[in-house]
Amino acid sequence: MQFMLLFSRQGKLRLQKWYVPLSDKEKKKITRELVQTVLARKPKMCSFLEWRDLKVVYKRYASLYFCCAIEEQDNELITLEIIHRYVELLDKYFGSVCELDIIFNFEKAYFILDEFLLGGEAQETSKKTVLKAIEQADLLQEVRPHVVTLHFNSALFLIRLLRLN
Amino acid sequence: MALKIVKGSIDRMFDKNLQDLVRGIRNHKEDEAKYISTCIDEIKQELKQDNIAVKANAVCKLTYLQMLGYDVSWAAFNIVEVMSSSKFTYKRIGYLAASQCFHESTDVIMLTTNQIRKDLSSPNQYDTGVALTGLSCFVTPDLARDLANDIMTLMSHTKPYIRKKAVLIMYKVFLKYPESLRPAFPRLKEKLEDPDPGVQSAAVNVICELARRNPKNYLSLAPLFFKLMTSSTNNWVLIKIIKLFGALTPLEPRLGKKLIEPLTNLIHSTSAMSLLYECVNTVIAGHDVNGSPFLPPFSLALFLFLRFQLCVQKLRILIEDSDQNLKYLGLLAMSKILKTHPKSVQSHKDLILQCLDDKDESIRLRALDLLYGMVSKKNLMEIVKKLMLHVDKAEGTTYRDELLTKIIDICSQSNYQYITNFEWYISILVELTRLEGTRHGHLIASQMLDVAIRVKAIRVFAVAQMATLLDNAHLMTGNVQRKGICEVLYAAAWICGEFSEHLENPMQTLEAMLRPKVATLPGHIQAVYVQNAAKLFATLLKNQEGNTDRTAAQETSQLMIDRLPLFVQSANLEVQERASCILQLVKYIQKLQQKDVEVAEEVIALFAGELNPVAPKAQKKVPVPEGLDLDAWINEPPSESESEDEQPKAIFAKEEPKHSRARHTEVDEKELAKRREARKQEQANNPFYIKASPSSQKVYQEAPGVEHIPVVQIDLSVPLKVPGLPMSDQYVKLEEERRQKERVEKKKKEKKKRKEKRGGRGKKHDSGPESEEDITPAHMVDIVTEEMPEDKKSSKHKKKKQKREKEEKEKKKKKKHHHHHHHSDGGGEESVQNGTVEEEEPLPVSVCHQSFTEIDIQGNLQDGSQVVVSVIFENKCDNFLKTMEFNVLDSLNSKLQRPEGSGPHDGLSVPFQLPPETRSSGTLRLSVFVIVFPQNEDSSTHEKLDFKLHFTCSSYLITTPCYSDAFAKLLESGDLKCSSVRLEGVNMPFHHLLARICFHHHFSVVERIDSCASMYSRSIQGHHVCLLVKTSGQTVSIDAKCDEPTLLGNVLDEIKQTFSQC
Repeated sequence: MQFMLLFSRQGKLRLQKWYVPLSDKEKKKITRELVQTVLARKPKMCSFLEWRDLKVVYKRYASLYFCCAIEEQDNELITLEIIHRYVELLDKYFGSVCELDIIFNFEKAYFILDEFLLGGEAQETSKKTVLKAIEQADLLQEVRPHVVTLHFNSALFLIRLLRLN
Repeated sequence: MALKIVKGSIDRMFDKNLQDLVRGIRNHKEDEAKYISTCIDEIKQELKQDNIAVKANAVCKLTYLQMLGYDVSWAAFNIVEVMSSSKFTYKRIGYLAASQCFHESTDVIMLTTNQIRKDLSSPNQYDTGVALTGLSCFVTPDLARDLANDIMTLMSHTKPYIRKKAVLIMYKVFLKYPESLRPAFPRLKEKLEDPDPGVQSAAVNVICELARRNPKNYLSLAPLFFKLMTSSTNNWVLIKIIKLFGALTPLEPRLGKKLIEPLTNLIHSTSAMSLLYECVNTVIAGHDVNGSPFLPPFSLALFLFLRFQLCVQKLRILIEDSDQNLKYLGLLAMSKILKTHPKSVQSHKDLILQCLDDKDESIRLRALDLLYGMVSKKNLMEIVKKLMLHVDKAEGTTYRDELLTKIIDICSQSNYQYITNFEWYISILVELTRLEGTRHGHLIASQMLDVAIRVKAIRVFAVAQMATLLDNAHLMTGNVQRKGICEVLYAAAWICGEFSEHLENPMQTLEAMLRPKVATLPGHIQAVYVQNAAKLFATLLKNQEGNTDRTAAQETSQLMIDRLPLFVQSANLEVQERASCILQLVKYIQKLQQKDVEVAEEVIALFAGELNPVAPKAQKKVPVPEGLDLDAWINEPPSESESEDEQPKAIFAKEEPKHSRARHTEVDEKELAKRREARKQEQANNPFYIKASPSSQKVYQEAPGVEHIPVVQIDLSVPLKVPGLPMSDQYVKLEEERRQKERVEKKKKEKKKRKEKRGGRGKKHDSGPESEEDITPAHMVDIVTEEMPEDKKSSKHKKKKQKREKEEKEKKKKKKHHHHHHHSDGGGEESVQNGTVEEEEPLPVSVCHQSFTEIDIQGNLQDGSQVVVSVIFENKCDNFLKTMEFNVLDSLNSKLQRPEGSGPHDGLSVPFQLPPETRSSGTLRLSVFVIVFPQNEDSSTHEKLDFKLHFTCSSYLITTPCYSDAFAKLLESGDLKCSSVRLEGVNMPFHHLLARICFHHHFSVVERIDSCASMYSRSIQGHHVCLLVKTSGQTVSIDAKCDEPTLLGNVLDEIKQTFSQC
């Protein structure tokens, strides 16, 4: 896999992962072009398109498009499976994931992706193992109030911090 | 301590964290850029603090901003700082930021090597994991080289979590640092049998990717993979293994045989479409490979075929599936089969035609692609009919345009191979012109022209159709949207004009072409209208003069005179020019008509002769006629100085004739006839010369009478003039009937034959469904091959070469316009050769001789090291020289420029042939590395004609005009070395002297005052040469300056030479 992009129906990029070295300028150009192409397609169309010398596989989940670019010999259907598997992982981790979860916890979305794919290849096909690894790593992490701050104001946050220390 | 932490936390409280940033951006939709720029300022402040938590927070925000497209490369060092934090929380963020923001040219990557090495060996597996993940994104060749060993060690880590990641990242390392592959490979192979399935699948992944790049190194692993394939149940792994085998089988056909069974089993048993698709794809890809390089025993071949059929069956199931994705992939795989086994696909025509109705455009386009390869003579009409229906239904111009081009592609492929009835094709084209808003008018037009020109039998029909189109031109021009389609009128007007003899009612067409509305068409179409109106006019005159009634002809002229002024006023120059030219002509004709003079014959002669299609590369293959030197100047180069113009004869008097022009004047009638004969013979022998068929030429040249115009009877059972009504369907029916008839006739013949033979077997072949060959086209395409066969050329050449070698004996002869040469002081190794120049004498000639005059050596300004030598070849014998080769032995300092791919000793073949007693010139290019020495080029190969090329330094000089002030500046600059020479006993006027220097040594006069002149020239490598020439009596003194003393010395010597001759 060459790269994976997540973007909203409005064309806003939500996540990008590049497995090939490209300059920022190229990345931006590719992103813009691809987002436009994919958004222009009608809902009933198939999930594959040929783009430059790559094959693009995309799928829409609610308001988010998941879009992967693969090489000529790669298998489109397994790529679709990868996308689906990633969505399942996000869903398990966040508990019925929505676009906002990915926006506000975008680093988590990356961590999950990194446990699932490495260098563009699937590294772990078992969902359980991936989630276990993420949980373990999260345990190591200093408790950070990222979920709390979504709902509470800074005063509450301060109290919580003081209590922790 | 606790207080300090609390204080730090309170500080942090006032910072924005990532969530605040995101929320802020969402709340500032109107002035996002402004908001973000203040955020970036805050982040810069935060990065200056010592607190790593604050820094990590800032870096995290930057990572988010980077995704939004902001440049964060300035924070690269801070990212490294956060990466090297000892706390996993921050390290994780640091590595994430690095993997998103770093790329190969990020310079701080060099600083990370030790940090990454430390993290890789961390006791905490998640530290290691995070480092490996990050590395996979930003690994550079340097990092790969430095860390390859560490990662290799990790491949045998106790934890599968690490092993898995290490194995996968090795692939990236191999790509960046290929030397690491060899030492790491044994361990990688070991991992194929790792107890952990995750590690195993990672190893399969890596080896599969490696094998796709270079399969032959991985053949030895085949048995291991075979075992894995039969034992594994993990579809992800299976897909990779099958892909790997797909790469290996072309190298080892026996593998294919072994794979048949497991693959067939998988195809039958799997429920995973992705796996099925992979299997089918591999079988398809392997099928033609298995078939071709080695012949399997019959049973195996049958088995392979069955397996292949199974795949095609499975693909059919995919295409029939309601899932768009499967449908698309099925069609994609079908198109792969189509290339090798068109027959297998053709049987699924029904299914593919169904896909044309699919609501998904990408599926329809795939199906269209397939159709291209599926047509045959038998089904073309049916398929196109179906496509035409789609054209009518299609919404959206892009898809319709795509359909249109496909229809034309399908029909015109391989020289209209599948078209049996061109009337049908023309009517299809006419129907296509009714498309709303297509961009492809020009495509339709070029098809119309092509068919009308090449299929002679169709012209009558085509002309009738085109006349209808012209009559209804308003349908095309009326709508602004239909701009593209009016290109068709270009073709229509041209066809009606060129083949006007076939027109039913030429008067009506002429009127249609001269309607005022025409003036709204694009200029180039109007121009064609005007020109072809003139052709029509000529035909009309001819018809009308045949009648006794003269008024009709005069009325026609009047019509032209009335209507043409409209075009004379056109803003388009070409229209204007043609119209005014033709208008004058018609006026003149009218005058003659009033005097009762018959003019039709003469008018028609204007357009006599058939225009034949010319192959695009034909011009190149026509030999350059003798005596025509495309590279030679027709006039002298314009930079000659004025003094030369005064008495040019005196200067050239002692010169050899420069070109063959002088010779031509002496040629008498006899000579001319002889040459003409020779040329004819040459053309007859030349396979690339397009010969006009003598009959057609004669028809037009001798008698442009009516009886010579081929009249083709057409069956008018078809209503020709129903505009706006599609007719192509009728042809489908007609064609069916025609074929039916043919079939019946054939059967009759066959029966007869059988009767005659009285073959006792009595078995009746049922002719059943007709085969491709049975269908004979109703019209023949006049095949003017677009590409002339290249192989013919080479074979003929060889023969001729042998012949020539027998006949020919060479003679050495050379003429040079600068014959004399003194050894230059700095001549070096060249001067040794120089000595031989004058001593060579012409040798006796036995059978034939060829002479060879070196005429001109010129530097090439575009390329400072290139010299162009024009050579005139003259054939002095009675034999025809078919091929000649020209070769110069490369010396230390010069090299013949040969076409790419030829060896250093190959000659250049001379691109023309020499009939007896003719001459022709060619050019060759030499690369010269150092130009300050004169040199001789020596060629003495085989028994061929040897010659010497003498390069004087003057030939490297290029006449360059120079203004006197620039000249003065140049002299003042002081970079130039001085030298001078005195010439005694020069007995010629000063301006002759200057002209001579200009001519022979490529100088230009800068200024002349009485008996004193300054001159300038420049070498091809940019050396300036300045001369100050003074004369008093018979003594000429030349003071010279140049930035290269050796060059100057040699040039002066050469000037001396020139004058010592006179």
